[in-house]
Amino acid sequence: MAENDKDPKQRIIVIGASTGGFEALNLILVGLKDALSATLIVCQHIDKSARLNYSMIFRELSGFHLHEVEDKQRIMPGNIYFAPPGYHLYVESDGYFGLSLDALVNWSRPSIDVLFESAARAYDRNVVGLLLTGANSDGVQGIREIKRLGGVTIAQDPLTALAPTMPKMAIETGCVDHIAKIQDVAALLVRLINREQISCIGAL
Amino acid sequence: MIISDDIEFDLLLEAIWRKYGYDFRNYARASLRRRMEAFLVKTSLASFSHLQYRMLRDPVFFERSLDEISVQTTEMFRDASFFAALRNEVLPILQTYPSLNIWHAGCSTGDEVYSLAIMLMEAGLYERSTIYATDINPVVLQTALEAVYPLVKIKEMTKAYQQAGGILPFSNYYTCKDDKARLNPEIKSNIVFSTHNLATDEAFIDAQLVICRNVLIYFDRDLQDRAVSLMTRSLSHRGFLCLGSKESTGFLKAKVHLDVFNKDAKIYRKL
Repeated sequence: MAENDKDPKQRIIVIGASTGGFEALNLILVGLKDALSATLIVCQHIDKSARLNYSMIFRELSGFHLHEVEDKQRIMPGNIYFAPPGYHLYVESDGYFGLSLDALVNWSRPSIDVLFESAARAYDRNVVGLLLTGANSDGVQGIREIKRLGGVTIAQDPLTALAPTMPKMAIETGCVDHIAKIQDVAALLVRLINREQISCIGAL
Repeated sequence: MIISDDIEFDLLLEAIWRKYGYDFRNYARASLRRRMEAFLVKTSLASFSHLQYRMLRDPVFFERSLDEISVQTTEMFRDASFFAALRNEVLPILQTYPSLNIWHAGCSTGDEVYSLAIMLMEAGLYERSTIYATDINPVVLQTALEAVYPLVKIKEMTKAYQQAGGILPFSNYYTCKDDKARLNPEIKSNIVFSTHNLATDEAFIDAQLVICRNVLIYFDRDLQDRAVSLMTRSLSHRGFLCLGSKESTGFLKAKVHLDVFNKDAKIYRKL
């Protein structure tokens, strides 16, 4: 049986961010106001004891529903999901989230690689992976995996990143499709979301 | 196209089940697979098929690998707000019982069980309590029973104890020798450690309190339903069930037998 015979999967956008991530995310999310059917899944490095009020952090975002993921929550369009502090976040192929307290990956939990790799396996061509500002290498392996399984990969232009290491290392893998200045990321995502088959993108 | 890895992974789980009776087939797939892959790297085995071959023929190897496949995260007083709710809202109700059976399911190396024991001692309830602490993995139970910690970990425990509202010096609860700390024996006195598999074993107890935190996240929905239903059957009338802070019964069929006692602390009560 070919993978194509299955129900077509919704497209998901997975986003990894570390140092300076919330500021970058704010810029992007505000720019996505016209693409409210998107499904965004965010892994932002954060201290495990943090208690976040997302609607305070992202005040401009009246249209999206924000969630800190609960285990086995269903992935639905029009929502933004955040990895809970202290847990790894996984995307399962049946369209649900999973969490774990497994060992740190790249000194991080949640780890961007964990999210990206599971998303790539579960949603293959229907994944857009976006790696933002950060001072370590988490997410770089995940970008490779998304690319390998047919998804689209984006790195924030390191020159516009508070911490350039993470997107820079991703770009050095040669697996990044688009490099975008932070102020252009939202527009790029909107264009990708609005394509019927993101896996068929030609020159942008 | 179905990726060969997926087939090999399914066959590996089937082989483990048929050979050793450990049923990982309904574990949450993505996280289990990641742990298995890390184990492949560690053992320098080329594929899940190679791992399957080795496991089927080498029981000692399998027993050692169980440590890697099952998860061993446990912390003293993890989630201060949960322990505060337990202390302030649940224990006063349990106070009214002449004796208490408590089941701590998925206790791993025991940190949380000992946190519970300390809290019961401070509430004056420990003498009439029996805690049944279970885990799928016999190796971690042995570690739990020893209750010996490096000093650096005691530091973290002390901090967590204080954050959870502990008011005594935490040093009351351990003695130091060399660079190790040993928990006082009286903390262990009313704990029975035993293996129990939430995927395959049955109810064995009539308990007033069941604690199973951050275990269900490793199961898929079907297995979560089995486990929650099993734990609910193990509760006496109006008994308490405590889950992890990102777990809930909201997605499960078994929720009809429970009502929410404290939503944020994930404490439920049998109807």
